[in-house]
Amino acid sequence: MSGHPPRTKHQILGTITPTWRLAPYPVLAVDPAGAVAGVNEAGRLLFAGAVPGTALADAVPGWLARAHQRFTERPPADPRDRIVRGKVGERFFEAHPTASGTLVLWWLMARADRPERDGLAGLLAAERERTSFLAAASRELSSLDVESCLDSTVALARYLADVALVVSPDGRRDYTAVQCGPEGRVRTGRLGLDPGDVPGLAEVLHGYPPVPSQWIAPDSVPGRFLCDGVGEPGSMMVTALADPGGPDSALVLVRRHDRPRFSEDEEEFARAFAALAGTALAAARRHAEQMSITEVLIQDLLPPRTRDLDGVVMAARYQTAGGGLRVGGDFYDVYPAAEPGGESMIVLGDVCGRGLKAAVLTGKLRTALGILQPVTTDHRELLDRLNTMVLLGGDPNTFVTLVLASVRHLGPRVQMRLTSAGHPAPLIVRGDGRVEEVPTAGTLIGALDDIDAVTASVELAKGETCLLHTDGVTEARGGPLGNEFFGDERLREELSRCGGMPPDALVERVHMLASEWIGDGFGDDMAVVAMGPRPERLPRDEGATAR
Amino acid sequence: MTPRERHVQALWNAVADGDHHAAAGTALEALEEGKGVESVLLGLIAPVQMKVGAEWAAGRMTVAQEHIATSVCGHATEMLVARRPAPATGRSLGRIVVTCSDREWHAFPARLLAVVLQLRGWHVDYLGAQMPTPHLIAHLRSGRPDAVALSSTTTARLPAAHAAVAACHALGVPVLVGGAGHGPGGRYAARLAADGWAPDAGAAADLLDKGVPGEPRPGHRTLEDLPHLADQEYTLVSLAASDIVKQVLFERGALDDGTAQERRETTERVTETVEALAASLYLDDSRVFLDALSWTVEVLARRAPSGSSAVPRLLDALTGRFADFDRTRAFLAEARSATA
Repeated sequence: MSGHPPRTKHQILGTITPTWRLAPYPVLAVDPAGAVAGVNEAGRLLFAGAVPGTALADAVPGWLARAHQRFTERPPADPRDRIVRGKVGERFFEAHPTASGTLVLWWLMARADRPERDGLAGLLAAERERTSFLAAASRELSSLDVESCLDSTVALARYLADVALVVSPDGRRDYTAVQCGPEGRVRTGRLGLDPGDVPGLAEVLHGYPPVPSQWIAPDSVPGRFLCDGVGEPGSMMVTALADPGGPDSALVLVRRHDRPRFSEDEEEFARAFAALAGTALAAARRHAEQMSITEVLIQDLLPPRTRDLDGVVMAARYQTAGGGLRVGGDFYDVYPAAEPGGESMIVLGDVCGRGLKAAVLTGKLRTALGILQPVTTDHRELLDRLNTMVLLGGDPNTFVTLVLASVRHLGPRVQMRLTSAGHPAPLIVRGDGRVEEVPTAGTLIGALDDIDAVTASVELAKGETCLLHTDGVTEARGGPLGNEFFGDERLREELSRCGGMPPDALVERVHMLASEWIGDGFGDDMAVVAMGPRPERLPRDEGATAR
Repeated sequence: MTPRERHVQALWNAVADGDHHAAAGTALEALEEGKGVESVLLGLIAPVQMKVGAEWAAGRMTVAQEHIATSVCGHATEMLVARRPAPATGRSLGRIVVTCSDREWHAFPARLLAVVLQLRGWHVDYLGAQMPTPHLIAHLRSGRPDAVALSSTTTARLPAAHAAVAACHALGVPVLVGGAGHGPGGRYAARLAADGWAPDAGAAADLLDKGVPGEPRPGHRTLEDLPHLADQEYTLVSLAASDIVKQVLFERGALDDGTAQERRETTERVTETVEALAASLYLDDSRVFLDALSWTVEVLARRAPSGSSAVPRLLDALTGRFADFDRTRAFLAEARSATA
């Protein structure tokens, strides 16, 4: 050095000669901008490049530069957690940070006593950190929701870089990008550029092997990949989030210019993370696809909303055997009269079997009745046609039991025609609590070529209700003894105390009794429908709707 | 009598008579006096429904009357909803799923909350009573709401509510809990690791107005929230419940005296008391059991005197069976000195 060049800020700081300068082991002072502010004698011998003013990342190994970054961004509360270990040259050191004014001092202590053990310990510590990161990652990524999977992927990938993005094809010849920068906020938007213009990106998206990071020039990182506070890009790597069942996505990691470039080791680790995230994302995508297919198919099979019929109030309850499936072998449907004062029809039934397969048949039966009901009002004929339809279906193990109820109001009363096809008899609850079984009986559907059916006529006055139910109610197992049927007798006995209940209260009561009877046990599908005369309406009551 | 008291009285009369029209008329009258839909719901219908519950509990209303009364209140609510002002256009505040925990049959408080939230501009998915957790989760997966509001009116059902809270949290959805089941002042609510508690529909809506809770801690497990469950006492008592009931009520003709109605009442009370003991162990709070027990004693004395001897038999059976269960034994000792 010749002459007297103007002294820099760092040299001025350096002249203060604080005690750390006299320490017998290496100490590095780092200024708030992340540059070396000073170094003591022992430190100079260890870090040849640690000239004041140099960026820390250029002066010391990556593990120490990253530790400094972490320490300044979010210092761990426990001082023991601030200690980091790593290699400088061939030796292993433990580095302790302390704050001194605006400076951060890194005190390095050689672990020279047993270098081999320490060397392994250092590697082990790094390995442990990665393992616990991957374990945390697989926990975070376990959601089957695509959006939160993407959010977690970029948020977690920030462990590896300053900016992380996931680029995915959106299925419409365009790409979406989910991005997380140093501030930790996740943003989602369109990619807005041709992947072919980004080195390494198109390759990964089209299933080719990844381009090594050192082949990607920092100035080829697109500006829109950078977030506030990132400044100039230093390095970028692109790796695949492989989806064996669909198009691959890409994980893009960008580091600032003042950070070390991706080492081979780090690239390998990033790929291990990407494999994990890719698997989680693929599972979430398959799940979402299946869900949307199921949802579309199930919509038609869900029980209908009960609706206002002309002069007749009805209410229904429906419950499936369990699990997340919302449809089963029990069903009901409502076919309102075509004209005011006409006859509406209600059906409630039970297809043998459970789950989706049974539900699909209930859908066919409901559709068939919807087509047949305007053609004929004769229950016997309706049942005959349903029987033919089920028999033609060809499965000899498919049976259906059901009740048809045609209802029409006559002033304040309701006239009903009821026909059971092998189904538990409808029950009438009179106002005083008398319970009557409707005398109808018939062959179940889908068993014999010829069926028999007896239709019964019933009239309901104010405060009287007709109840249709499936055997899921009476065959509910449980009770105080644990394994007893709820049974017809208990149902009638309970109904005898329900005189005068409106249909909505009655179905709730029956549903509750059967479910509480089952308790924590396993129930079957269950459907309950009740109907009765609509109470006369006040003129001001017009806005009301029944649920 | 203030106009409000007059309305409450008129609505109560209508509800007690099962008169849908009179009830609707009273509600509309209150609305026309300029009270606004929300204040009619919270100031008129809610107190009357509360009274329905209290009257039933006191044995002054039969189950059928209670159902009819609830149906009348529900009808009046629907009618008010139909008269609500058109929702302000523009963005909704967010989406809230309102539901009841599994085996929770009292839907009315949740229904009221659903309506109040809608009035205040929230988008509400109202799932109704006794929502099995798998169905709730299937619903949340179909579109993530900002929060779930979970109502429990029965303390014995809080273990199911806790499971629902944990399942929602696993999907990153925060949960507010509420309802009388959380005890006076919501003293059991803290045990459920929920993101908020409110005593009633109005308070729950106020809580949400202050801001939706942030994303919850994911994937917490039952044992992390309630470490005392490691002693298995809750599990073993729950599993033995029907055995105990059988032993107390059906062996040696214990229920031979009294009418069928009394036998049913006794069976229900004893079953619920054992369930309350299990919930007590789950929440590690003896008050759940003590409250249920004193309630059982009171109800049996009034409605089923022939069943009164079931209580000491029940305590004996429990003490004999769970002699080596530390927490159970302590709760039972407390119960004995309380009922002595």
